[in-house]
Amino acid sequence: MKVAIINYGVGNLASVARAFEDIGANVFVANHPSALHDANRIVLPGVGSFAESMECLVSAGWSDALDEVVVEQGKPLLGICLGMQMLASFGLEGGETKGLGYIPGTVKRLDEIGCKFRIPHVGWNDISYLKAGPLFDGIQNFSDFYFVHSFAFVSENKDHVIATTSYDCKLTAVVQKGNIFGCQFHPEKSSKAGRQLLRNFLNYAPC
Amino acid sequence: MVKGVGFNSWRRVGPVLPSIKLYNSRDVDELILVDISASIEDNKPDHDSVSDFAKECSVPFTVGGGITNTEQIISLLHAGADKIAINTAAYKNPDLIDAAAKLFGAQCVVVSIDAKRLTDGKFTCFSHSATVDTSKSPAEWAREIASRGAGEILLTSIDRDGTMLGYDLELIEHVSNAVDIPVIASGGAGSYAHMVDAVKHAGASAVAAASIFHFTEQTPAGAKKAMQAAGIPVRRDFLNIVNV
Repeated sequence: MKVAIINYGVGNLASVARAFEDIGANVFVANHPSALHDANRIVLPGVGSFAESMECLVSAGWSDALDEVVVEQGKPLLGICLGMQMLASFGLEGGETKGLGYIPGTVKRLDEIGCKFRIPHVGWNDISYLKAGPLFDGIQNFSDFYFVHSFAFVSENKDHVIATTSYDCKLTAVVQKGNIFGCQFHPEKSSKAGRQLLRNFLNYAPC
Repeated sequence: MVKGVGFNSWRRVGPVLPSIKLYNSRDVDELILVDISASIEDNKPDHDSVSDFAKECSVPFTVGGGITNTEQIISLLHAGADKIAINTAAYKNPDLIDAAAKLFGAQCVVVSIDAKRLTDGKFTCFSHSATVDTSKSPAEWAREIASRGAGEILLTSIDRDGTMLGYDLELIEHVSNAVDIPVIASGGAGSYAHMVDAVKHAGASAVAAASIFHFTEQTPAGAKKAMQAAGIPVRRDFLNIVNV
């Protein structure tokens, strides 16, 4: 079981890699899209700007590789933070940018979806399950995870939102569409709960 | 690792790594490590040590001290820091805030403000580990920091630091009212009640503490219980899993 963490030039890969190592996974950093063919699980981290990150993903050939490996071949994918947001159809940070389009929805700034609290939403917050999911095994409902973001995923289809968190208003915390998962929080920075979620991602066996 | 009082009379507490392991095992929410002598001695950030420390940290880890440019930030993030904190360099070169926020995202950029009370009751910001008076008002500087794109402000009361006499609530309120980004209160926590006051009565989004945990029997878990009892939402312990 090999876990590939996509290195598309942004984000702190080290803590994601370390978290997987801590739970005994065989993890490697994928520096080129062809490396995804070797992986059984794929992780898309992300930090920073939607537009710039999508530009990196597309220009280096990652989006094409993901279309093949994740959408066509069905390998499980976990998007983290901005990585989760890029699963959407569009991001509205500084204009409209196309996302990967794997889970229909739009990424909007927190104050544009009615949140009046301080931005970014930073710190620990508890999540509330909307439905059961393989990522939640062994994690009690209302467990805390570490969030840090100024934008949130607004899903077109509510069936794809499997957990929310509350920060003045309800925010999407976890999405799932088949073998494609995304979490707004950082499981690699969420101590034991986060490690368990990553373990669950490794153990997820699509039928 | 050292602790001072009023940014002075530093006493040694012990090596850093065991403390990081300890606080990580006690499940603190976040850890902040600042090299306090860096700006005075003109030292560069030590990213080898950061790498060792980050390995022991399963919660967000902020590193500060002597950061003057974006190359150092890249190196620290690669070494394992999740966020970086800048202080002195931001006064000399405030464009560094914008550059860091743009390159790495606001969530990674914490700007630290160390402030002292003046005799007329106003406050002033100090740089270089509380040795140089910048003549800037914390609220005004905080407003500029926020407008330049920082994600959070770490606000330390120089007068209260290490005293365990309580946070400077007026200072916290003064700054948290001036900005819409989160303000982390630091300097003076000596009891759980002090932490409750900083959040409930002065508008801090979070509290940072050191002496209370280094030198007394009080614990992060105790602090969170007290804050929860006072109606402040806090992270609770993760109960369901056997450690592997």
